[in-house]
Amino acid sequence: MVGRPLVGRRLRLLAYILPTAALAGCGGNYNWGWYVVMPTTTQGQTNIQFLLGGLWTTISLSLLAIAISVTLGLLVALPGLSTRPAWRSVNRIYVELFRAIPILVMLLWVYYGLPVVLDIKLDVFAAGVIALALCDSAFEAEIFRGGIQSISRGQAEAADSLGLSYWDKMRYVILPQAIRRILPPLGNQFVYMLKMSSLVSVIGLSELTRRANELVVNQYRPLEIYTFLVLEYLVLILIVSQGVRWLERRLQADERQGR
Amino acid sequence: MTEATPNGAGRIISMSAVTKRFGDFAALKAVDLEVGLGERVVVCGPSGSGKSTLIRCINQLERHDEGRIVVDGIELNDDVKNITSVRREVGMVFQQFNLFPHLTVLQNLTLAPMRARKTPKSEAEALARRYLERVRIPEQAEKYPAQLSGGQQQRVAIARSLCMQPKIMLFDEPTSALDPEMIKEVLDVMIELAEDGMTMVCVTHEMGFARKVADKMVFMDEGQIVEVGTPTAFFSAPESERTKQFLSQILAH
Repeated sequence: MVGRPLVGRRLRLLAYILPTAALAGCGGNYNWGWYVVMPTTTQGQTNIQFLLGGLWTTISLSLLAIAISVTLGLLVALPGLSTRPAWRSVNRIYVELFRAIPILVMLLWVYYGLPVVLDIKLDVFAAGVIALALCDSAFEAEIFRGGIQSISRGQAEAADSLGLSYWDKMRYVILPQAIRRILPPLGNQFVYMLKMSSLVSVIGLSELTRRANELVVNQYRPLEIYTFLVLEYLVLILIVSQGVRWLERRLQADERQGR
Repeated sequence: MTEATPNGAGRIISMSAVTKRFGDFAALKAVDLEVGLGERVVVCGPSGSGKSTLIRCINQLERHDEGRIVVDGIELNDDVKNITSVRREVGMVFQQFNLFPHLTVLQNLTLAPMRARKTPKSEAEALARRYLERVRIPEQAEKYPAQLSGGQQQRVAIARSLCMQPKIMLFDEPTSALDPEMIKEVLDVMIELAEDGMTMVCVTHEMGFARKVADKMVFMDEGQIVEVGTPTAFFSAPESERTKQFLSQILAH
């Protein structure tokens, strides 16, 4: 057992070196300039106002993209549950294709490519919504498919035997039960979408990240401004996860009543 | 209600040379079966003999591969409209109840009449309460299925099917998932239904029930109908060796 203490010693060494390096970098040589985002100064207030100005764009971009991707995801999931191979392959092709495209690539392609292909004008916001929604819808489709498949076949058979139409069966019997099970992964996707919306800054949409970038360029205070940006996202995402938790608790309460 | 005409004129279900395959396995092999209006048929046989598949073909929960099935004058083919209209006339009760767990008992009962028959809510609820009365659990209307006992759940399932006012009721081993002390309450409801003249096809091993209500006994084995007869003949003088063997096994104790 010669290796053990050696590894231990190396680890201990790392444990000393890392914080020291971090401290040297942050506390030591860097002069923090929090004034850029300090609400007590006029300069700080103007900057904060500028940064928060992207809030609504980020929120509406994400919300729209989520709404579209959930709808699209459900519509793509349904043929994936069909007994007919042709319908199922529609689902497979869609999912495999859109799941494979990186969001940033999709964004660039939609913004620069789509207007040429379809001969239309597309503003940055619309391009952002489309790209985010398309990429995310493939994941939503898989989440829906899994959730619906987890509902026992007897439920669908009971609905069928009563003469309910396909849509009534889905709407009143299957989906209300499936939604409880897919809420956690769905919440994950919501958070993911909110974060990925920052990529739209690349094509120039004035949302949170873009505004932070612009401010960095004329204030030369990247660390402070990006830290502020991190906090902005953190707050937004905490709100989203609280919302999802609340929904989950509500649906679980219904379920308990039912058990 | 229609008058019971056990061997009378109206044929309401007619299956001829029906074959159903699951992959290479033939669950039904060229089965013929006629059911008259108001007739009560009990289907029995060892597990895997195709009894469930037989009645699941009647409302097309299983699509048959060959042969003809005509229910209430409608031929069951690839036309989805035909299948849906037959399903509205044919109620089914499952072994596992299959109640909708997220809906109250009342909502379970009113869903299909409101959606598939466009019955107004107040009317559907009145209908539902009437049938709950009939299966003797009117006081459970606002509860959720999981709050009920197995016997109560199965009676709700029967009431749910009756709310569509079907012409035929199919029962797929309705008491097999129940604790012994709850079997009787479900059978009592089924006997009452039979006495009211409902056309019924029941897959069950409750031979006491069969003796009491069946007009016709059907014995199946290995995807084929081996024997058809009146309960008296079936129980006292079964023709085939296979039927004798089966009966001796289930009536032994």
